[in-house]
Amino acid sequence: MSRNQAACISVRGVTRKFDDKEVLHGITLTVRSGEIFGLLGPSGSGKTTLVKMIAGIDEATAGEIDVLGTRMPKLEMMNRIGYMAQSDALYAELTARENLECFGSLFGLRGGRLKQRMLDVMELVGLTGHLNLLVGAYSGGMKRRLSLAIALLHEPEVLILDEPTVGIDPVLRKSIWDELASLSARGATVLVTTHVMDEAGKCRRLGMLRDGNLIAAGTPEELMAGSGAASIEEAFLHYGCACA
Amino acid sequence: MRIRALIIRIIRQFVHDKRTLALLILVPLIVLSLINLIFDGDTYQPKIGAVQLPDPIAQNLVRHGAEVTVFDKAEDAEEALSGREIDAIVRLEGGAPRVMLEGTDPARNRAVMAVMQAAVQELVSAQSRTEAVPLPTFDYLHGGADMSTFDSLSPVLIGLFAFFFVFLIAGVSFLRERTSGTLERLLATPLRRREIVAGYTAGFGIFTSLQAVLIAGYAIDVLGSLMTGNFGYVLLIMLLLSLTALSLGTFLSAFAHTEFQMIQFIPLVIVPQVFFSGLFDLESISPWLRWLSHVTPLKYGADALRDVMIRGEGWSAIAREVYVLLGLALAFMAANVLALRKHRKI
Repeated sequence: MSRNQAACISVRGVTRKFDDKEVLHGITLTVRSGEIFGLLGPSGSGKTTLVKMIAGIDEATAGEIDVLGTRMPKLEMMNRIGYMAQSDALYAELTARENLECFGSLFGLRGGRLKQRMLDVMELVGLTGHLNLLVGAYSGGMKRRLSLAIALLHEPEVLILDEPTVGIDPVLRKSIWDELASLSARGATVLVTTHVMDEAGKCRRLGMLRDGNLIAAGTPEELMAGSGAASIEEAFLHYGCACA
Repeated sequence: MRIRALIIRIIRQFVHDKRTLALLILVPLIVLSLINLIFDGDTYQPKIGAVQLPDPIAQNLVRHGAEVTVFDKAEDAEEALSGREIDAIVRLEGGAPRVMLEGTDPARNRAVMAVMQAAVQELVSAQSRTEAVPLPTFDYLHGGADMSTFDSLSPVLIGLFAFFFVFLIAGVSFLRERTSGTLERLLATPLRRREIVAGYTAGFGIFTSLQAVLIAGYAIDVLGSLMTGNFGYVLLIMLLLSLTALSLGTFLSAFAHTEFQMIQFIPLVIVPQVFFSGLFDLESISPWLRWLSHVTPLKYGADALRDVMIRGEGWSAIAREVYVLLGLALAFMAANVLALRKHRKI
């Protein structure tokens, strides 16, 4: 593993309990600056819980999380992180423009800069023509794209996307992954969760999560080589069984 | 700045969702008008069936406001009574009038009795021929002889409507923020928890102020509700009342998982307040229940509104209620800021 890149996200011994139930058990992982890191695991494995803590919305019961060298959670860091949740989280009774304006102003964007960013992100997700349409009239895929556009609005250095391609057709899925690649090429760090194994191959590095444990981490090639598997899916099964 | 973004968003949501705006503003006016029609009608004229009643007595009853039908046979009268065509049968038994009431509606019973008493009294004083007993004269400290039921109820009702509709709409809106995931998205911005509560209060406050002006103005100027005090005080109390409803609604929405569960708060939170608000006389309620009235915001609002509208009182009479409402609103808002900790600690 090359250590030439600085750690952007550093998770050390993070445990999360809900009431008495421990859903994450001492997770330690590092995401380096500018890479696309995929968090892979079946639903219920704790992916969302982990990324919410990294995004600063939730707090770890034990352990530490640093993002860009700052201990989380920290309100000021929200300006440098873009978070897209599993649900689209849009105001259906407002137009796309009004949604963007609302969240843009919450991130401190205003005036010409806000306008420019709105046009930029809407072009990025291919929704320029639908800026003044009520979100309630959007299709599922369009909502997902608008949701992504909002997460990109304030040009975050760290982008955290929770299952960004769920329920999205293959063509759009490819365009979203292309977009993530170009964001990463421009220096943004991308943390993405997925349970679709074939998406995992598009990540620079992967973390495999199962029942609240990080069972393996590394580049897709390393993981496949280490398990002697021919695919990510086989590798996942290999590490999962070895752990159990 | 960030609060302003929230306010603008709430305004835009209302502009797009005209139906909710109508529920907040038009529906209270419609319901008030209906109540006005019901309670502001003329005094009820009891329908009395006279069975072999001497003419002077029957005429006397008519003079005192009854609608008299003369029956020759008692059976016909009884049939009319059970068919609810008349409210009472009057006949003479051994020289004294005997009244048979239909009996299902206390208000009608009272109307019949009042007419009977007045009529009998007149007969008695006419027969005794002594110097007429001096009749009492009535003076009013507040209100007046022509004050209607609506006049007495309307301060409570305008307070109740301001409270109820704001509670419901603010509560459901805030709940939807949670269920749709937009609350989580708001919490993924640098917005502080207290800014969320402040933004909601201010954004909804614009519409609840509009509602307060419209409801109070409509009740007083259009429906002609009795108003002896300062309109400014009425607005102040209405605003505080809806602020309390707003903060209580948004706070309680933290304990509901669906819109349906939010609706379930109505019988729990709104209905008991109606009982304690002054619509019903609570003098006879058990003392151990009466303390409840001290924790219901609506009671403070309704008391203050009555003081201003009916008794024409000024600041000194309503100051305590105003401070209590203000305190309750602030307490609920603080509780809401704390309740949001469940979603983001910082």
